[in-house]
Amino acid sequence: MSVKLTITRQMEEIAREHGKILAPLRDDLVLLDSGLDSLGFAVLVARLEDKLGVDPFTASEEAVFPVTFGDFVKVYENGAH
Amino acid sequence: MARIEPPSLRQCLGPAERFLYDRHARACLCELQAGTVLGGRLAELADKSVLVATASQLTTALALIELDGVARRLTILPPDSDPDHLAAIVGDAGIEAVVLDRASPASAAFAGTRQVVCTGEIAPAPQLPEPARVTEWVMLTSGTTGVPKMVVHGVAGLTAAFRGRTLDSDVVWGTFYDIRRYGGLQIFLRAVLGGTSLVLSSAGEPIAAHLERLGDNGVTHLLGTPTHWRRALMSPAIAAIAPRYVRLSGEIADQAILDNLRKTFPQAVVSHAYASTEAGVAFEVRDGLAGFPAEFVERARDGVEMKVRDGSLRIRSPRAAARYLGADAALADRDGFVDTGDMVELRGERYLFAGRRGGIINIGGLKVHPEEVEAVINRHPRVRMSLVRGKKNPVTGAIVIADVVLKEAGHKPAADDGAGEIDRVKGDILQFCRDVLPRHKVPAAISIVPALDVAATGKLARHHG
Repeated sequence: MSVKLTITRQMEEIAREHGKILAPLRDDLVLLDSGLDSLGFAVLVARLEDKLGVDPFTASEEAVFPVTFGDFVKVYENGAH
Repeated sequence: MARIEPPSLRQCLGPAERFLYDRHARACLCELQAGTVLGGRLAELADKSVLVATASQLTTALALIELDGVARRLTILPPDSDPDHLAAIVGDAGIEAVVLDRASPASAAFAGTRQVVCTGEIAPAPQLPEPARVTEWVMLTSGTTGVPKMVVHGVAGLTAAFRGRTLDSDVVWGTFYDIRRYGGLQIFLRAVLGGTSLVLSSAGEPIAAHLERLGDNGVTHLLGTPTHWRRALMSPAIAAIAPRYVRLSGEIADQAILDNLRKTFPQAVVSHAYASTEAGVAFEVRDGLAGFPAEFVERARDGVEMKVRDGSLRIRSPRAAARYLGADAALADRDGFVDTGDMVELRGERYLFAGRRGGIINIGGLKVHPEEVEAVINRHPRVRMSLVRGKKNPVTGAIVIADVVLKEAGHKPAADDGAGEIDRVKGDILQFCRDVLPRHKVPAAISIVPALDVAATGKLARHHG
């Protein structure tokens, strides 16, 4: 499964669990407009570490949490390599 | 007006035109000097123990200003308080009257009290009772299981960290942090006593709209928890604000969030403050580094003394609370030191925060006791035992995770359906948690493990700072 698809699946699952409606995940979607809140993203990062074996934000002090979905996927694609 | 010391909030308003803002309204503070938000009923609340239980922060703020110096005791109900705790709060604080607004939920716990509606609109009232006493303020803690502890403060202690300091006339305060919690209340009091306007947050407002509003109102000084700030930095609307003073409190400020804020606001002072509801404001760190200089512990500063015993930070301070209401527990030890329960570690010349004693997990400012979550997981019919702990998280500081031992732990599921079966059990346990726990207490992830360490005491081995 691609990194992007894994992230998409996890976001859908968390939205369902938290009773949120997920916006269509286009690359230019601002993450804060996706329907997930801070707790939702916290859970997402924890689940992705489980699935992809990396938490790029905690691994590096430099990493800034991205603004858009496309940039978020890129951080993981770079971190997974 | 009568002279009381310290003067009441209403006596500090002054003639300058300044405002309290929320998403829906603004209130001109100078009008409150001869005005009422309580329908002119302030006299009924004189010398009473009053619970301020309004839904919006704006109505809370206005009611607090009107009541300070008149009511005997003001108890501030935080947002999202558990309705099941209201009866105990009303009983322990001896509540005689409740201030509500139009959005406050009704509660049977308020039966028998006088109920006063705060409209949020200031009506002229030339004949209000004058402030004539020093009011006791009561804040509720967030760190306990069950009914929150009620912490008694005086206005003198609540304002000691900044009283007598004058602010520039162009300062406008803003806070992401709710003013019904200790950190947010500090900023409310700073604004009222410092003669500035204050922009409050509103429940349900999208972060982008909130940031635009902070920018439109010219906010220069802005407070948030690290979690609030991380969320703000995720919004393109962060460009709408240009604060010159950025303050963090309520959670551990790590180096990453301090660096990101410095990068985003190069012109601003980035400061992190340490305070607790019990110990009050202890110190502020402005050098851009996580933790605090070791010399803070060696020397008393502004009357605040600190020491480290058994790894936790202890504080003796004129800003500390006086006592708990309705609890037998002492707030301070015999020497007057409050044990904050925050664990610190000395690294060279600096103390760094290492989490809470007892493994209490701080999730974006909301505290979770692992035992409370374990108790729920352990009720699941297939669970033998569980261990809940915090895991570092770049969004909320920490997140809850759980290790679970199943009753049939020795049994290895068949290879063909093993993974699917494990996922089903995990999903089932999570659903079980979601049914009874608030969202932030539900584990983000569950690991099924063959066994958990048990310490020599017979208790689960908890590995934490």
